[in-house]
Amino acid sequence: MKLSEYKLERNAFGRVVAIGKDQIYESVIPVRAFPITAADEGVALVDGHGHEVAWIDNLVELQESERTLIEEELASREFMPEIKRIDKVSSFATPSTWQIQTNRGETSLILKGEEDIRRLSLATLLITDSHGIHFLIRDRLILDHHSNRLLDRFL
Amino acid sequence: MHSNTSDLLHLVPADFPSAWNRQIEPTLINHEQVIAWLETDLDHQLHFSPGLIVITTRRILARIAGDEHWQAWHYQPNMKLAYQDHAGICSIELSDTSARLARWYCTLSKQQAADQLIIHFIRLIDALDTQAALPAKGMAEQASSNQNTAGNDDSSEAAYAHHDQEATSTPPSTWTLFRLWRFARPYKWQLFTGFMLMLGSTAAALVPPYLTMPLMDNVLIPYQNGHPINVDLVIFYLSGLLGAAIVAWILGWARTYVLARISERIGADLRTTTYEHLLKLSQAYFGGKRTGDLMARIGAETDRINLFLSLNLLDFATDVLMIVLTVIILVSIDPWLALITLLPLPIIAWLIHLVRDRLRVGFEKTNRVWAEVNNVLADTLPGIRVVKAFAQEVREIERFRAVNQRNVEINDRVNKVWALFTPTVTLLTECGLLVVWIFGIWQVSQDHITVGVLTAFLAYIGRFYLRLDSMSRIVSATQKAAAGTKRIFDILDHVSSVPEPVKPVHLPAIKGHIELRNVGFRYGTRRVIQNFNFAIEPGEMIGLVGHSGSGKSTLINLICRFYDVTEGAILIDGIDIRSLPIADYRKHIGLVLQEPFLFFGTIAENIAYGKPDASRKEIITAARAAHAHEFILRLPYGYDSLVGERGQALSGGERQRISIARALLIDPHILILDEATSSVDTQTEQEIQGALDNLVSGRTTLAIAHRLSTLQEANRLIVLDHGKIVETGNHAELMACQGHYYHLYQSQSRSPDNEESSVEPGNLSDIRGNRV
Ligand SMILES: Nc1ncnc2c1ncn2[C@@H]1O[C@H](COP(=O)(O)OP(=O)(O)OP(=O)(O)O)[C@@H](O)[C@H]1O
Ligand SMILES: [Mg+2]
Repeated sequence: MKLSEYKLERNAFGRVVAIGKDQIYESVIPVRAFPITAADEGVALVDGHGHEVAWIDNLVELQESERTLIEEELASREFMPEIKRIDKVSSFATPSTWQIQTNRGETSLILKGEEDIRRLSLATLLITDSHGIHFLIRDRLILDHHSNRLLDRFL
Repeated sequence: MHSNTSDLLHLVPADFPSAWNRQIEPTLINHEQVIAWLETDLDHQLHFSPGLIVITTRRILARIAGDEHWQAWHYQPNMKLAYQDHAGICSIELSDTSARLARWYCTLSKQQAADQLIIHFIRLIDALDTQAALPAKGMAEQASSNQNTAGNDDSSEAAYAHHDQEATSTPPSTWTLFRLWRFARPYKWQLFTGFMLMLGSTAAALVPPYLTMPLMDNVLIPYQNGHPINVDLVIFYLSGLLGAAIVAWILGWARTYVLARISERIGADLRTTTYEHLLKLSQAYFGGKRTGDLMARIGAETDRINLFLSLNLLDFATDVLMIVLTVIILVSIDPWLALITLLPLPIIAWLIHLVRDRLRVGFEKTNRVWAEVNNVLADTLPGIRVVKAFAQEVREIERFRAVNQRNVEINDRVNKVWALFTPTVTLLTECGLLVVWIFGIWQVSQDHITVGVLTAFLAYIGRFYLRLDSMSRIVSATQKAAAGTKRIFDILDHVSSVPEPVKPVHLPAIKGHIELRNVGFRYGTRRVIQNFNFAIEPGEMIGLVGHSGSGKSTLINLICRFYDVTEGAILIDGIDIRSLPIADYRKHIGLVLQEPFLFFGTIAENIAYGKPDASRKEIITAARAAHAHEFILRLPYGYDSLVGERGQALSGGERQRISIARALLIDPHILILDEATSSVDTQTEQEIQGALDNLVSGRTTLAIAHRLSTLQEANRLIVLDHGKIVETGNHAELMACQGHYYHLYQSQSRSPDNEESSVEPGNLSDIRGNRV
């Protein structure tokens, strides 16, 4: 079902409501189909039971107001900091604490083992820290030399 | 008598076994003609002994070992010749309407001839019934030509089996290593360069000892005798020493680099080629091999060969060169002294020979045990859930400890031989040195040689014996590499039992008409499918029904050509599938297996496995059709979630839906669903079924399901029992005739609870899936 058949609104509780011709879905949630490889392509609106209500091929084809609404909603639910720089690692043997700069600020993560670094594509890495938080390195090649050298010891 | 022979030539076909010719001729009466025969190889007590069953135009004749005379039965209407096999033994029974007349036995190797015999027999009896004339000659010819082909098949198989046996029973010879030349050939010029560098560096390394000779005789000894030191001469000799050392260093570096580079490439080629070959082998090969063993071969053993090529072989070649050059130099300086110096050489050669055989057998054993260790790991780790579920950790640890213990023991045995060997060589060389000292001092005292010559000799043989010592070490490395090479070539020499056609026929597009003609199949000696005849129209949906083990999955293995039929043929659009290029043919088939397997990677990659360039849209469409879309969206990273080993754990039903999506994405003409929905609940199944119904239209579909309600939509149902078709028809027809299907269906609908509970064992199929 295309999104054009619905009207999206935020209700008084801050939930997104999808209003169709003959049905109203309270609190729909936008979900990205490819959050890592193609974040803007394919977003589904699912209801509280996980059933798909509407499908958006690409966020850019939406009207301004609806897109902001969905993006706000996505932003409030997504937490996958992107690593911009690795400042320091406590040791090259795991477990190891990394001091890092992310797009959400400076923090540290504890890497339990090398296997928690997963290669999603040639240059994209996903790092799971000891608390299960995922950190993304979207493109290894554009990291600075220092970070890359540290990272390389774990790959 | 003589006038008769021309007649007889007519009566007995030319290729009739000559050993039996003399015996059969007198038995034939009144222009009776031989039509077909079967040489049996077992007697009534199942001992090996030759016998013959002959079908003539009038009678069936048999003479089994121990029989004095031919036994004969005249044809009668309703006579039957029946064939059965069990555990590798065929029995052939002749009976009439009232009793069994005779029974004969033969081994499975005669099975095709036996089938032919029965076909001819049936024709003859039928002809008898209809009183039709016999086109005997034509038939006889056909029979013999059939027998010919059967015979050829047999011999090639036998030859193959023989080859296998041979390979396992002899220890690998060092000559196997020369087979590696196939991989070295592309690098032959680089190898030549490396060899020249080696020659240069070795020669340069031999210069310094040579210079000790004049240094001693022209500088030091004259000084002792009161002459002043000639500084120019000293500088000349010493710079010679330095220069030689530097040249040797540069050349040695270049040599090692060049040769190590080549050997690395040879190793990589070897590994890739082996893997490539392995993946092209048939399912049957993988059925008979254990994963751990194959992994060990491709991983550890290619590495060992690589190491051998890059280090040991290089050292060895240098050693040999060094020894040869040293011998030349020594002989040119003083032949007698050289002779004494070389005394230990033959003894060492003999020792090497003695030890080598033992080491070779020993090392092959260690390799096998190592593979065994790997096997235990490859067995246990994927099945870890079963191990834990049944609390068998201790047992598995015990099993591992046991093979590891064997590993230690076998290595101990090898090491015992080995440990003695090296010190013995060292001792011999020390003795050699002693002899040289004694002989040298005596020669100097006799003024036969100068002190300088003796010093040079001692300097040379120091190196020389060192080389011998290291050369003896290579014996073990060589034997290890030879053993590894043999095991690699075991794989490379294996011919796929599902061969690529010699003259492939290309089918640009297929319609999806499948025909099975007289198909028979056995796993080893066990007959699983027999006498299958049916045709599937393009676009038809066929349901395969039957109890567990009735051969449904096997039939699908045959249609996908994972195995080749043992009898008959499978035709697609009228063309034998054996004449199509395998990969081309399989591209047309979308297969969902009973045990879904996911590779390590994202869900999107797994769905797009059969079509790596699929767009995201296509992936989503396929996932939607398989009702996987929504559960995928529920995963934290949607289609980018990692699954497979170490990945996100999915339930059995979820995995099945992903593998359905995988099959749908390639948009196949033929869709095969082997229990594709067995692990999902009934409601989801119905939803998938609904989606499939759309997709199924226009495709030839073969579906297997234990839950019969799933198959009600099928155009036709084929009911199997013990590898035979017992009923065909659609649901309504089969229900109406109250046969096999009716009973199956009744028993299911009577106990719907049982049905529902079959949803639960998703876990079971999980484990199975892991183990594929
Ligand atoms: N690789 C094999 N080697 C030897 N025998 C085999 C092999 N695979 C299957 N069999 C045997 O062949 C027979 C038919 O097996 P098949 O897998 O075709 O049964 P099925 O009808 O698919 O059963 P199910 O409904 O349980 O899946 C079984 O008796 C089985 O033991
Ligand atoms: Mg099966």
